[in-house]
Amino acid sequence: MDQSVITSVHAAGSLRHVRADFPILSQKVHGKDLVFLDSAASAQKPRQVIDCMADTMRTQYANIHRGLYWMSERTTEAYEAVRDQVARFLGAAAREEVVFTRNSTEAINLVAHSYGGLLRPGQVVLVSEMEHHANLVPWQMLRDRTGVELRITPITDDGALDMEALAANLADGKVALVAITHMSNVLGTITDARAIIDMAHAAGAKVLLDGSQLAVHRRVDVQALGADFYVVTGHKLYGPTGIGVLWARRELLEAMPPFLGGGDMISTVSFERSTWANVPHKFEAGTPAIIETIGLGAALAYIESIGFDAIGAHEDALTAYALEALGNVSGLKVIGTAPQRGGVISFTMKDVHPHDIATLLDRNGIAVRAGHHCAEPLMRRLGVTATARASFGIYTTPEEIDLLARTLEQIRGFFV
Amino acid sequence: MAQDDLYRTVVLERAKAPRHAGPLPTATLNGQGSNPLCGDRVQLHAVLDGQGRIEAIRHETRGCAICAASADLMAGRVTGQNRTRVNRLHAELVEAVETGTAPEGLGELAAFAPLHQHRSRRRCALLPWSALIDMLNDDKDR
Repeated sequence: MDQSVITSVHAAGSLRHVRADFPILSQKVHGKDLVFLDSAASAQKPRQVIDCMADTMRTQYANIHRGLYWMSERTTEAYEAVRDQVARFLGAAAREEVVFTRNSTEAINLVAHSYGGLLRPGQVVLVSEMEHHANLVPWQMLRDRTGVELRITPITDDGALDMEALAANLADGKVALVAITHMSNVLGTITDARAIIDMAHAAGAKVLLDGSQLAVHRRVDVQALGADFYVVTGHKLYGPTGIGVLWARRELLEAMPPFLGGGDMISTVSFERSTWANVPHKFEAGTPAIIETIGLGAALAYIESIGFDAIGAHEDALTAYALEALGNVSGLKVIGTAPQRGGVISFTMKDVHPHDIATLLDRNGIAVRAGHHCAEPLMRRLGVTATARASFGIYTTPEEIDLLARTLEQIRGFFV
Repeated sequence: MAQDDLYRTVVLERAKAPRHAGPLPTATLNGQGSNPLCGDRVQLHAVLDGQGRIEAIRHETRGCAICAASADLMAGRVTGQNRTRVNRLHAELVEAVETGTAPEGLGELAAFAPLHQHRSRRRCALLPWSALIDMLNDDKDR
């Protein structure tokens, strides 16, 4: 192992102490130490999140926003405090711009349904070739429902967004919304959000960024970016499942009709008509994921305690190290080589199917993802049916990368 | 490296050097099965005799080692068998991958019994069989 990698990784926030915070990392799988390289699908949880959620249920839980008793008021405070935390985490101008959803998928569906409903036939929603199904299918459904046009902007062969094609797609001024990933879950590509937003705004379009992957690895500042909509999901941020976030500019949220109807999202209700609560509550119908939201707060606090400088340095060093180590495995091809990238590496291996790779790695305790990664059109664009994917988190070590590369070499030998 | 019971010699051998792969120009029956989750695809070509037994069968498989080996072992095993027998073999294979115990008489197909520990990979071994059963059922319905 290259000494500089060890130094930079260990300087990045005391990796040993970070790992000690994640109880699951001491588990054995098939008698081997767990090597978890599937954080892009869902990250593991630190004890700070686990304990916070369990303590909430043990000591301070009731339904929120309506109870007139102490326990409900304390729980409401804890829940709403997370909204402030998320606003700071994303650099939002106001807490009212933070809408809690189930996950990124629901956040995008909310925008597609509500903001999308304001669009008219002839207007265009523009996505890219490297979107997760979550940022493609809701727009197809909108197209089929309302007659807006769905336009796909291509990627280059190395897996970057084709900025010239983007400019061409924006040229006719019909694009109302650009919905693009901030970091690809397949290729690891980090898109130039600032440039995309500037181009889109110049063409009169709003921009939604799918930050499901990026927000885990880099600091997001929605105001500095100039974004209009931004979505993240809690379970990739070392938090629980069932909680995600839609951030949107206040004036957009105010203009948008509600998504789901029910309790909590109303101002007044009669049999004749109802009026809506103010933002963000207009978009939060029913009892929300209270415990999960409070757990997300613990996860964000945990991330902030390490800091994005350390997280970014750790993951950049690890990614560079992994690209080199995997590049030396015979027959292995990394899919996606854009210069700006994060710790998500897809690959194929000559003569070995990704599913066989994943099963054999699993027998050695190494968890990777294999398949189309919820991005079938991208797979077709890349000319593959499936890839294997290793993705890193704050707890990933260079030793784990070494073990991955070594085991892949052995798997290849097994098949050839 | 820890290997897996699943990747026994017979599975690897058949995946690397199939004995029943390729087109069958005389085929009167053609079928296909695919798994949209992973892109695996099995194409089958067969000739039945006058009694409805499979006289000849070949497969063209694009998929993982488990899928490719299963298609090849299946082709060898079902040659000379009729639809009833194919259905019974399929049911026995399903039992093997679900319980980890292969019914007697499953022969080399018992190699897939370790799939009971790999829930997500069972469909890889079963895909060629569902394609075969669909093909035979379509023929019966004609």
